[in-house]
Amino acid sequence: MANSASTDAFVEFERVQKSYDGETLVVKDLNLQMPQGEFLTMLGPSGSGKTTCLMMLAGFETATHGDIRLDGVSINNIPPHKRGIGMVFQNYALFPHMTIAENLSFPLEVRKMGKSDREAKIKRALDMVEMGDFGGRRPSQLSGGQQQRVALARALVFEPELVLMDEPLGALDKQLREKMQFEITHLAHSLGITTVYVTHDQTEALTMSDRVAVFDDGRIQQLAPPDQLYEAPVNSFVAQFIGENNTLEGTVKEIKAGRALVQLDDGGLIDCTPVHDSVQAGARTRVSIRPERVEYNKDRLQEGAHTLKAEVLEFIYMGDIFRTRLRVAGNEEFIIKTRNAPDQVRLKPGEQIEIGWLPEDCRALDA
Amino acid sequence: MSDTTDTGPVLAADGTPLKRSLARALRMQKLRALMLIAPLLLFVLLTFILPIVDMLFRSVENQIVSETLPKTVVELQEWDASSGEAPGEAVFAALAADMKIAVEAKTHTRLGSRLNYEKTGLSSLFRKSGRKVKRWDLAEDAPFKQKFIDIDEDWGDVDVWRTLQTYSPAFTNGYFLNSIDMQKGVDGPEARPENQQIYITLFGRTLFMSLVITASCILLGYPVAWILANLPSRTANLLMILVLLPFWTSLLVRTSAWKVMLQQQGVINDVLVWLGLVADDSRLVMINNQFGTIVAMTHILLPFMILPMYSVMQTIAPTYLRAAKSLGATNWTAFWRVYFPQSVPGIGAGSILVFILAIGYYITPEIVGGTKGVFISNRIAYHISSSLNWGLAAALGTILLAVVLLLYWAYDKIVGIDNVKLG
Ligand SMILES: Nc1ncnc2c1ncn2[C@@H]1O[C@H](COP(=O)(O)OP(=O)(O)OP(=O)(O)O)[C@@H](O)[C@H]1O
Ligand SMILES: [Mg+2]
Repeated sequence: MANSASTDAFVEFERVQKSYDGETLVVKDLNLQMPQGEFLTMLGPSGSGKTTCLMMLAGFETATHGDIRLDGVSINNIPPHKRGIGMVFQNYALFPHMTIAENLSFPLEVRKMGKSDREAKIKRALDMVEMGDFGGRRPSQLSGGQQQRVALARALVFEPELVLMDEPLGALDKQLREKMQFEITHLAHSLGITTVYVTHDQTEALTMSDRVAVFDDGRIQQLAPPDQLYEAPVNSFVAQFIGENNTLEGTVKEIKAGRALVQLDDGGLIDCTPVHDSVQAGARTRVSIRPERVEYNKDRLQEGAHTLKAEVLEFIYMGDIFRTRLRVAGNEEFIIKTRNAPDQVRLKPGEQIEIGWLPEDCRALDA
Repeated sequence: MSDTTDTGPVLAADGTPLKRSLARALRMQKLRALMLIAPLLLFVLLTFILPIVDMLFRSVENQIVSETLPKTVVELQEWDASSGEAPGEAVFAALAADMKIAVEAKTHTRLGSRLNYEKTGLSSLFRKSGRKVKRWDLAEDAPFKQKFIDIDEDWGDVDVWRTLQTYSPAFTNGYFLNSIDMQKGVDGPEARPENQQIYITLFGRTLFMSLVITASCILLGYPVAWILANLPSRTANLLMILVLLPFWTSLLVRTSAWKVMLQQQGVINDVLVWLGLVADDSRLVMINNQFGTIVAMTHILLPFMILPMYSVMQTIAPTYLRAAKSLGATNWTAFWRVYFPQSVPGIGAGSILVFILAIGYYITPEIVGGTKGVFISNRIAYHISSSLNWGLAAALGTILLAVVLLLYWAYDKIVGIDNVKLG
């Protein structure tokens, strides 16, 4: 296409579709633009098409329709080995018959690099992931976390501008995962590499990324920086998927001055911020409130704010926070979270309270 | 460490040392396990280990001479073969006594056949003498030397006596010498006459052809195994049946089918002539020679190569190839540097299977091998069932076994036996 260079995006998906069997679309109309140096995470439930997108970018699957461009050049017809994209696989895919150093040497050898250059680069890459002493070992002699680092070093050793990672931390335990999350983001930013990272762990997505693309049903549901994604989800799927979330269902009574008045199914009234296009007077809506934005201390609520009656069902002490489960408007899974502060009230099961929130924190989304 | 010496051995609840009660508990377990595998152990022992031991024994055993002619053997020890004269009366007297007993027991003919392997004519000599000796009276008919020479003047022949003397010990290396185209001469082992040399050639041919067959199996089997391993499992299972189909057909049928295909008036020659590639009067000779044996045996042994290769290739995840390509390798480099090395254990396992099967193969070379395409095993079968020279058959078998073990050892040294995987 002639206008391919019109944007300054480094990676660009334009109206990409993908079907494996000719009957169902696994990826439907994918549009995405990434500037150079960005760390973008694809987040979504299993089977939502994340790996498929990555594979199309890497060249192992062909797009059924649409255009994928790298640095302004369409790569639909470039074979995988000429794309120069580093890739970290979910199971690492370290070559078991080669030592760690040979694994790292492989991409350099196929690029016909001289021996001394190779050794210098291998050493630098291994030192970068703090695996300098392990060059002579075989992959099977390393722990999961160590293999992960080697896989990362191997994907970076030939200095690609774009690196793809498909759930690289899936097999690690929580602590190691958090450590590696930090190391990967740190490396990516310090080397200025553009990264596409796939995960279905939302905490990972929120902590690591510049932007997160939430996938569902073959589409990007929302593409936004982590804070926006959490605080301003654009539809109820994203609200549900990212973080913990309380939903209440009801009907919009009226919309006035940027506020929507919603009547819940049991008659209670609440103020919300209308977000989704479908939120019109008379329409059904699903209201989303974050657990930590719910207030039950009357003194802290705004004058004249609408409140709802609630019954405490369960109180869980979690150390830094208290987690309380309530019955609100027929919903028994309504969660509130409060900070463990000296003056905090600890609710008891059976207690009847009233809860409320700021209208900005309560978002009326699609039904 | 000093702690344990101070307090003595740790005791179990009932006061016995812990070590002993542990050993007792384990002994019960071991005994039970042993009893479970006892039937198999017995089976293997009786049908596998014992025959092999028996074969090893037969290849050197030679008690028949000293058992049939015990006195003669003792007397003959004094005799010096290089003197150029037949032994004295004492030996002949002993021979007469021994023969008398042997004739009663009818063992002299067996001895004759045995010694006939070493020197032709001895079989009839013993049979002829047996008949006469039967009528002699040991006390009155002495001296015996002239009497024996009268029966057959071969008894005066130094060579006959030398043969008897050479083979009188209970154990002999004669069969092994024979197996490598040598024989016991006047002064130690010597090469057999040129026209009797056959075993070295046969061993060489067997090894060479087995290697060729193994190599053809690798070449033909690798792509098939690769395709099977990379197809969706439904299709792969279907094709697998085709690979296994030969197993369900009788070996004889398959081999005979090759005869039909390859003979001079056979299908392939007919097609070649029809296509004009070969003139009608110069049809290709493809059967009853080495070519025929190699073709038929490659076909028969191919599944043994494909199966281990397939099961190893199945375990190689396709992500390795993708990883290699994402790192910049072309299809060929990715295959050669990443896929192939991981499939080597399968090739190794298949090759060992095919090679060891091929080296001892009998039926196919017998049917399609002609004279130029037979294996050492055909010769062994001949000695077992036709010439009845079991000692030589055992020696040939022992050498074959040793060669296989040697190659196995070499393979272990070069490739490493733990590099062999059946799946
Ligand atoms: N090779 C294939 N052939 C046919 N269908 C496929 C193939 N690979 C994936 N699919 C289908 O495409 C859809 C998306 O798969 P994909 O692997 O992209 O999901 P994902 O988002 O990566 O999921 P996960 O988080 O579980 O890895 C799934 O419904 C899957 O069944
Ligand atoms: Mg996936």
